[in-house]
Amino acid sequence: MASLPNAARTAPPDRDPAWLGRVFWACATAVIAWPLFVATEFRPWTLFEPDNLKVTRRFLADFLPPAYSAEFLAMVAREAWRTVAIATVGMTLALVVAIPLTIVSTRVLSVSALPGRMARGPFVVRQAVRWLLIVLRSIPELVWALVFVRVVGLGPTAGVLAIALTYGGMLGKVYGEILESGETHPTRSLLRNGASRMQALAFGLLPQNAAELTSYTVYRWECAIRSSVVLGFVGAGGLGQQLDNSMKMFNGGEVLTMLAVFVVLVALADRVSAGLRRSLG
Amino acid sequence: MTGPSRTAANPPYRLPPPMFHARCKACWFVAALLALVIASFATLDLRWGEFLSADAARSMGKFVGEFFPPDTQPDFLARVAVATWETLAMSALGTALAAVAGLLLAIPASRMHERDPARGRTPTRWLLNALRSIPELVWAGLLLIAAGLGPFAGTLALAAHTSGVLGRLFAEAIENMPRGPGAALRTQGVGEVRVFLYAGLPEVLPQLMSYTLYRWENNIRAAAVLGVVGAGGLGQMLQFHMGLFHMGKTATILGAMLVMVACVDALSYGARRWLTR
Repeated sequence: MASLPNAARTAPPDRDPAWLGRVFWACATAVIAWPLFVATEFRPWTLFEPDNLKVTRRFLADFLPPAYSAEFLAMVAREAWRTVAIATVGMTLALVVAIPLTIVSTRVLSVSALPGRMARGPFVVRQAVRWLLIVLRSIPELVWALVFVRVVGLGPTAGVLAIALTYGGMLGKVYGEILESGETHPTRSLLRNGASRMQALAFGLLPQNAAELTSYTVYRWECAIRSSVVLGFVGAGGLGQQLDNSMKMFNGGEVLTMLAVFVVLVALADRVSAGLRRSLG
Repeated sequence: MTGPSRTAANPPYRLPPPMFHARCKACWFVAALLALVIASFATLDLRWGEFLSADAARSMGKFVGEFFPPDTQPDFLARVAVATWETLAMSALGTALAAVAGLLLAIPASRMHERDPARGRTPTRWLLNALRSIPELVWAGLLLIAAGLGPFAGTLALAAHTSGVLGRLFAEAIENMPRGPGAALRTQGVGEVRVFLYAGLPEVLPQLMSYTLYRWENNIRAAAVLGVVGAGGLGQMLQFHMGLFHMGKTATILGAMLVMVACVDALSYGARRWLTR
């Protein structure tokens, strides 16, 4: 070491040249993130306070063994089916909302837009429907469910309506985008040659976009299953409601069983949906 | 061209295909779908009568009418603003924690080079799947027990779910990155950690950033409603005032949520346009 020249000793060759910059940016991030830690009351040590730790440990100890009495398992199976059923009925109604709105709002199906600009009336209608879809979609389904629980009472009806409205908005918007992103020439030719708008939709737009539309719908069905569990937490029935009850009773064994069933359910829906989408190509 | 074809385009002796036959995949798909939908409608005790009756319409109308006028007292608006900030902070911090945790989990979950035994790959992927398949709201419900009511539980819940999502995406990104730079360092005898830091990370960092930003956008939406189970932010205020039937205040909070989500949507749309220009 002593024989090395001074410069080499102060700057060893395997030293990270960008070290100073990295340290600076790490410090800057910490300073910027500080208000976030304050706002979220980020105090990890509260997790390890003796009182909290005791409750947590009791809850976790309760997880094992998971609840597996026949009666409980039958109830879980029934609720899991109800969760799937809420998602399916919600999706069906969402399609009932989305399909007419899509047909009304698709620009490609405008007859007055064929020569150039769309006429004022149809333009206003299309824009209004688009805004309606945006509003439907941007209110989270949980908020819809809270509102509907107040109106129709606890039970699956609120969950179904919440999924129908939010997913109706999402499907309507994405369907419109899919229909307009494809090749529009066949549709326009059909319209120019006197086909009605429904004929142009059925023979121009649907054949080329059917696979994509179906695959998006299947994907959304999978999402609906996930969100119907969440909706149960505000009283919309299904697995989520039972899970919420068990959590409130600190019944760890039941919570573990239901979480496991839920994970399996989501994984199954994921498999089915991925398989279907792959076969659609 | 060898003259006109002998067979007609649609030979007259051919019947149209039957509606259903056993080898038609689409038919089975449609049949299964119909069965699922019918069974779902049949087994759910949906109270359409109650919902579609004049009585329900009246109560719905009354319910919506009570939203107006929204509460616009300055001190209440200030509290809504604080809750909005809390929601944004929850989502940002939750996503940042998730990005760190996701990266730490993605490294054992991915095969770095062909000779890598990657023994931890399968168990880590199972862990990521479990984290990912439990929704934020369920995590929040579980973590409330350990962390108590408030935004801390919400932040942890967002971090738990998102680290599952990001960890999986990060692992995919790491496994798909170009192998050249890493292999060059490895043949020089550089250790695995430094190979990852100086060859792997710079390759994938832009992709990891874009995934993280995308999840942040999602998490802002999720954070707005997480409070419904008591995990802080706008949702907790919403649940509180809706529970007490303060409908004017509820309307204000809903409006704040909508404005926040719309701003995020517009910003992300604008940013995407700007980036892909």
